[in-house]
Amino acid sequence: MELFTNQILAGIATGAIYACMALAVVMIYQAIDHLNFAQGEMAMFSTFISWQLMQWGVPYWAAFVLTLALSFAAGIAIERLLFKPLAKAPILTNVAGFIALYAIINSFAGLIWDFTIKQYPTPFGSSPFLGSQLISTHQAGMIGITLLLLLMLYFFFQFTRVGLAMRAAASLPESARLVGINTSWMIALGWGMAAAIGSIAGMMIAPVVFLEPNMMLGVLIYGFAAAVLGGLTSPFGAVIGGFLVGIFENLAGTYIPGVGNELKLPIALALIITVLVVKPAGLFGRHIVKRV
Amino acid sequence: MSAVEDVATEAPAVEAVPKRAMTLGAGTSLVVLALLFLVPAFAKNFIVFQMTMLLIYGLAVLALNILTGGSGQFSLGQSAFYAIGAYTSAILMEQYNVNYALTLPVAGVICFGAGFLFGQPALRLSGVYLALATFALATAMPQLLKLNFFEKWTGGVQGLVVTKPDAPFGLHLSQDVWLYYFTLVVVVAIYIFSVNLLRSRSGRAFMAIRDNEIAASAMGIDVALYKTLAFGVSAGITGVAGGLGAIAVQFVAPDSYTIQLAISLFLGMVVGGVGWLPGSIVGSAFIIFVPNIAEGISKGLSGAVFGVLLFLVIFLVPHGARQVAVVCQQALGKLRGL
Repeated sequence: MELFTNQILAGIATGAIYACMALAVVMIYQAIDHLNFAQGEMAMFSTFISWQLMQWGVPYWAAFVLTLALSFAAGIAIERLLFKPLAKAPILTNVAGFIALYAIINSFAGLIWDFTIKQYPTPFGSSPFLGSQLISTHQAGMIGITLLLLLMLYFFFQFTRVGLAMRAAASLPESARLVGINTSWMIALGWGMAAAIGSIAGMMIAPVVFLEPNMMLGVLIYGFAAAVLGGLTSPFGAVIGGFLVGIFENLAGTYIPGVGNELKLPIALALIITVLVVKPAGLFGRHIVKRV
Repeated sequence: MSAVEDVATEAPAVEAVPKRAMTLGAGTSLVVLALLFLVPAFAKNFIVFQMTMLLIYGLAVLALNILTGGSGQFSLGQSAFYAIGAYTSAILMEQYNVNYALTLPVAGVICFGAGFLFGQPALRLSGVYLALATFALATAMPQLLKLNFFEKWTGGVQGLVVTKPDAPFGLHLSQDVWLYYFTLVVVVAIYIFSVNLLRSRSGRAFMAIRDNEIAASAMGIDVALYKTLAFGVSAGITGVAGGLGAIAVQFVAPDSYTIQLAISLFLGMVVGGVGWLPGSIVGSAFIIFVPNIAEGISKGLSGAVFGVLLFLVIFLVPHGARQVAVVCQQALGKLRGL
């Protein structure tokens, strides 16, 4: 029984990573109605920038805030320069654009910072949390940050004018334009916010998985699995989904023989497929009706 | 069920391409075929090998083109089906001593099954989500192939070495040249099959689904069946390409079939022109030769060069090679008119 509870605790700790990423995935979906493949790479690049800042002697939290601001600006810049002209193009063109962005960012990160694995500092320390061996202070801090982020997003979308305008622009662009919302800038804002959230996820994840240009691939797949499980339309669901996926991963690794680290990605794949077959809208997602 | 439901009118996934615009005229096709037939007479063995790879990747891009250009579904998981096909051929040849030519239909059938099955959950997804689910498939595949459980067949991380077949009937051809002609025959046969498929009732059903799914279902098309069928056919053809690839490269290993391959194939389709079948060869040439050039400019930069070129294609020639071909044709027409 103790093994079981320990594994659940460890699962919640890893789940926080996925929850963070899933939140970024759902966030950009809410804003632009598309899913960004380059999300993980953008987060990775942001994390490298913060690492570089710290190498230059900037203290952690200053680097954190600076990276957040830079990522926000970069997200908006990418949208304005590359994806705004594609707004009316078929989805295929957008997907191709995301892939191109993915390739460019990955390649440049490798070129600038090379492919060796780097240590990344944590602001919370890595001693055991409240005497527990399985969950470190960093992981506890990560869970705290994820929940805080969720709370802030909730208040932003529910109680601010900009948040309301963003939701309006995403769900009914024409009507939103009629009531005077600048929908084009709302999309840019969504990109900026997703980039910023992604950078938080990256900076939280990096101490665990270590910093390298390909660090986000597995995390992105798990983040996507979490988002699918929680329902792609619900930020709350994404976070719950993230924790559930983390717990599931740990329990599967412990109790199903032959499932280890080498099967990490196939587990995520199996999870995605199962959810899609059994409950396509996810746990907390809304049903979407299509019109001709 | 909540009282308020979200109503979404989606942008089209893929631009509609009329079925006549999908192929070349008979005359042009014959000229291209004759040129491809004459290549080994003038080229060295290494170039013949590269041309073989060009045909094989062309076949894989063609398969994706049927799926995306035909039925409007995305896939970034083609590398997974390519890997299954390659491993099927390699295992049959090396472990069970089956003739290489006979392994290809088996690879095709197994991949058709895999694609058809994967098409079932994929039905729930459209557009970008489908792309992401298939993306997960592609990233998971190398790990699956490395499993200890399959190791006695797959050779695990080490992979398998495949023997290159000799020319049969006492023909005086080198192995490379023979394989080139063998590949050419297979590719031409599948190309003709694909063209006919898209002109058939099933092909029309694919295109109706691509252009408007709900309208198509109202016309009595079994959307679920045709969408999974498109996935199956596409996966099957990719599997044959994978089998050919394994024979040509003489080696299969899990890390040859990563997400990078799937992205390359997708890129090849976009460059060649979505829904234009002959463009597959152009796209395949792009994904084979451009990385070499990019690596020549700077090591490790090929990803960036790929990405930048892809953006250029999207912005300047959104219809890829098809658009270039149309412009050339019009220019020729004008010259004739003078």
